[in-house]
Amino acid sequence: MNPRSQTKCRRHALPGLGLTLGFSVVYLSLIVLIPFSALFLKTASGGWSHFWETITSARVVASYAVSFGISFIAALVNGIFGVIAAWVLVRYRFPGRRVLDALVDLPFALPTAVAGIALTALYAPNHWIGKLLKPLGVEVAFTRIGIFMALTFIGLPFVVRTVQPVIQDLAVEVEEAAACLGANRWDTFRRVIFPALLPSILTGITLAYGRAVGEYGSVVFISGNLPFKTEITPLMIITKLEQYDYTGASAIGLVMLAASFAILIVSNGLQAWNSKRLGIS
Amino acid sequence: MAGVSTINLHNPVPLSATAESSVAKTVLVGLTLVFFSLFLFLPLAVVFQEAFSKGGAAFFRAFGDPYTRHAIWLTLLVAAIAVPMNTIFGLAAAWSLTRFRFQGRWFLITLIDLPLWVSPVIGGLIYVLVFGAKGWFGHWLMDRDIRIIFAVPGIVLATVFVTFPFVARGLIPLMEAQGIQEEEAALTLGANGWQIFLRVTLPKIKWGLLYGVILCNARAMGEFGAVSVVSGHIRGKTNTLPLHIEILYNEYQFAAAFAVASLLALLALITLFLKTHAEWRAERQLHESSR
Repeated sequence: MNPRSQTKCRRHALPGLGLTLGFSVVYLSLIVLIPFSALFLKTASGGWSHFWETITSARVVASYAVSFGISFIAALVNGIFGVIAAWVLVRYRFPGRRVLDALVDLPFALPTAVAGIALTALYAPNHWIGKLLKPLGVEVAFTRIGIFMALTFIGLPFVVRTVQPVIQDLAVEVEEAAACLGANRWDTFRRVIFPALLPSILTGITLAYGRAVGEYGSVVFISGNLPFKTEITPLMIITKLEQYDYTGASAIGLVMLAASFAILIVSNGLQAWNSKRLGIS
Repeated sequence: MAGVSTINLHNPVPLSATAESSVAKTVLVGLTLVFFSLFLFLPLAVVFQEAFSKGGAAFFRAFGDPYTRHAIWLTLLVAAIAVPMNTIFGLAAAWSLTRFRFQGRWFLITLIDLPLWVSPVIGGLIYVLVFGAKGWFGHWLMDRDIRIIFAVPGIVLATVFVTFPFVARGLIPLMEAQGIQEEEAALTLGANGWQIFLRVTLPKIKWGLLYGVILCNARAMGEFGAVSVVSGHIRGKTNTLPLHIEILYNEYQFAAAFAVASLLALLALITLFLKTHAEWRAERQLHESSR
């Protein structure tokens, strides 16, 4: 009895393919395909040398280091704490667990501008945490650490939400077997649980990284936007647009699009690996 | 190993071997709470604290400002256009992708995901390239005195772009899992397409649909990056709430900025609550229909 295989061969029987598919394709063409072709054509109209000059200019290259580098660190930190949080939320029972679980999605729901000014207020030298860090000589707001805080915030849900269902489906019998064979809890985690979680952890980290690389709203308030120091790549696109340099803006946009596409391919590969693993276990 | 020696038939594995020690448990819960406090609780708390830092009167005065009122109105208007458009698109896309198999299906699915992995700034940029003063239709539009960029239509377009995946993405896995047997049964009983959709499919997917609409609306009202590129930040004309917050903040009107921000933070909390509820109901509906 496999209902899926039965339905597959009769899928054409239902009405509405022409209408729904036609509408979807027209909608996506108007909203996505035509505007995106403008991105390619505008970049091409500037010529190869202008494209290369724009995307390798010192200030833009410095912004790559900030966007891609700090996003990477933020995604790794999310990887570590995301696994811990997912474990705690699935395996432990304590008062307030459901509220914590619902709040994980706050970075999806909270407008990025609100997150941006809230984090800045939190870490500005004379405010909440900033005041505590000042005597220690640590400055967070308007430095790269501030950008790191914003990008960690924005990527927080991804690892938790990709690892959570995998922990849920983990067969407890396997842990029991490991314990029977004499493994202590740490050994069981290191050699049984962690390998089973690894694909989902890497998927979560990649998704968090992809989101952080393109993030704009929550970063621009706390970063201070100092050229060569705390400018992110999306800000460079806006800077070019403000100078009415459309070809320059689209050149940098194309670089970001290519980078995001590469991250997407990696994350799809990891997801395929993840579901293959789950299918076997 | 000490744990193994205690194994007997009635209690095959000692509890300590498949659960962490209470010390490890406390450390893990503690780390989670510290992490969540730094990144979730404190940012949320700071918004409301700063909003009321100058007292309740100042808080309400912020909403008496005509520019703030216009920003609220514009945000509602943009969401009122973008959310229904994307709901219709989401339903159409989910119907065609889950009820039929056709060539290029994967390409369509990838396209629907696009706004989720590209920078929102690019979402604004592409419309500037098409409709902006130096864009494809820039001259043509200027000759006819039609404004799209730095005007409301541009804001709507950018919002539609960043929010169109949500309804479709909420529906596709649900409708795929539910299968089409009930729809086919309705078909053999002589129902037409609209009857099948309204009486069979829609009741089955209503919680999944609501889930998508809630997320779509939250993003539509809160979008900053894409809208910021196309808006031009004209006060009382093209400022949505998130952009208005930026202006107030940059003018050092912190209490007013946070008062407006607290409104959006409240919206986020309501969104989380409704979303959690809809998610739970959608899951239950899926279990019921698979039984």
